[in-house]
Amino acid sequence: MSNFQRVMTKWEKEGGPLRIMSASGQLGYGIPEKPFRAGLERDLHLIGADMGSVDPGPYYLGAGKLATARRSTKRDLQLVLTGALAAKVPLVIGTAGTAGGDTHLEQTLEIIREIAREQKLTFKLATIRSEMPRDVIKAKAGAGQVRSIGPIPALTDDDIDGAACIVGQAGTEAFVRAIDTGADVIIAGRACDTAIYASLPARLGFPMGPALQMAKIIECASLCCEGGGRDAMVGTLDRDSFVLESMNPIRRATPMSVAAHGLYEQADPLSVAEPEGVLHLDQSKFEAVDERRCRVSGGRWAPAKQFSVKIEGATRVGSRAIMVAGSTDPVFIEKSDEIAAAVEAQVRELVPPNPKNPYRMIFRFYGKGVVGMQPVSQPPEEVGVIVECIGEDEDEARAVAATCKQYLLHAPFPGRISTAGNLAFPFTPPELTAGDAYRFSVYHIMNVDDLAPLFPVDVEMVGG
Amino acid sequence: MRLRDAARVIRSKNAGPTEVTIDLMFDNRELYERALGAASLKAAVIAQRYGVADAEVIPYPAANAIKIVLPRRIIAGTPGDTDVYGAQQHRPMLDVEI
Repeated sequence: MSNFQRVMTKWEKEGGPLRIMSASGQLGYGIPEKPFRAGLERDLHLIGADMGSVDPGPYYLGAGKLATARRSTKRDLQLVLTGALAAKVPLVIGTAGTAGGDTHLEQTLEIIREIAREQKLTFKLATIRSEMPRDVIKAKAGAGQVRSIGPIPALTDDDIDGAACIVGQAGTEAFVRAIDTGADVIIAGRACDTAIYASLPARLGFPMGPALQMAKIIECASLCCEGGGRDAMVGTLDRDSFVLESMNPIRRATPMSVAAHGLYEQADPLSVAEPEGVLHLDQSKFEAVDERRCRVSGGRWAPAKQFSVKIEGATRVGSRAIMVAGSTDPVFIEKSDEIAAAVEAQVRELVPPNPKNPYRMIFRFYGKGVVGMQPVSQPPEEVGVIVECIGEDEDEARAVAATCKQYLLHAPFPGRISTAGNLAFPFTPPELTAGDAYRFSVYHIMNVDDLAPLFPVDVEMVGG
Repeated sequence: MRLRDAARVIRSKNAGPTEVTIDLMFDNRELYERALGAASLKAAVIAQRYGVADAEVIPYPAANAIKIVLPRRIIAGTPGDTDVYGAQQHRPMLDVEI
């Protein structure tokens, strides 16, 4: 009997609430072990972990790479995998490998199989793939069934063909199909973080309002507690409400801290769009159970007449090299913008750009209003300098950064009194190549009539 | 009264790569309502302060909080962006008078 079958059979016999543990909101950065192990003692029905997000930017989606280091990723995967299998509790991981494309999923599975070999583990694994077929997106965009989220242009066929990778966020529907394969472990490509935790309640017929509301809060582990935290969180779901408790005894989930968490990284704190409908949170209630547990209710689920998928894609824009330095010279700091313009003109003469695809140079003088994109009121006493070049290839980007370094170091300007050099370099080489550069070219909602064909589920025996 | 003296939390963060949201959290209903009623926290005034076309102001009474949603001038991580996570865009709010 698989671990999903075991907990479902047990629940069907005993009834009562579902106990679901969120092990991590960002697997791969180090899951605190003690709270996780404390959670394993709670007779759980599900352990979940989220492994990705769009937050780290377009690079990982485009380049097919993980944001987390391999050894840290393996350490966390081993903790949750061995913990879940030993406790005979199903494990669900969403957005494998930071961005959830096929290559991110495959790299995650490769680590999972390695752990299984080393630890002599045997289990049934269901995977959900989330890369979107380009012809489907084109047909939907052509039929006016794709809309932008925020200020991003409408999708063209060129955008769709030009993207290095396009994924869609799998919803609860896909995870329920994966549960029904009789798996012990589910690992999904790009997925709604809620779907990781709402899948089992959905499969067992729990009302979706409270189930998704709980999922939305626990997906960040203990972040909803006072002062935040990365420790495992257990949600205990009844049919109409749920109780939140951090597995670290010093973390307190209070009505105010949990309510405030509803604002986090959400454009709209009162409604959450899912592929299969909308979760409404305007009638939420937060009540203290004791000083470190909170009961939440009021989430209402409105099924959609039209299913939709959030799609995300990244396009390569070139190769990046940067130059890093600092300066304390008051005249250089005051005139930095004009000096930069003169140096840029000089560099363009010495490293001639391809007229059809000219490289781009971006000067940043930290201290003068870079971060907030608004000038500061007082001139700073020192500035950090980063010059970035986006070129056609690594060789061009490096040539531009290196030439810029030398000419900015020795740039003449009126009133110059420090004539040996304008810059202080913190290390050598001061110019660094940073691989390919990407931009988000797809961040849209795509209407679909049938979700299942977009998120295929595959099954394999690992270690068997 | 400056917002930095009235609010317990003033923070910014991406809500997806195309928008930045700013959360203002207050310790009590009185301060929350004072901020909500302030002319300086009307959507058009905030949009002008950030140099963007429009802004949205969403009251969230459950946490004595106000959410502001701004369109990004540069999509997160596109060359030219200066704050990929959008976590340091709160400063223009600090000295707003309410």
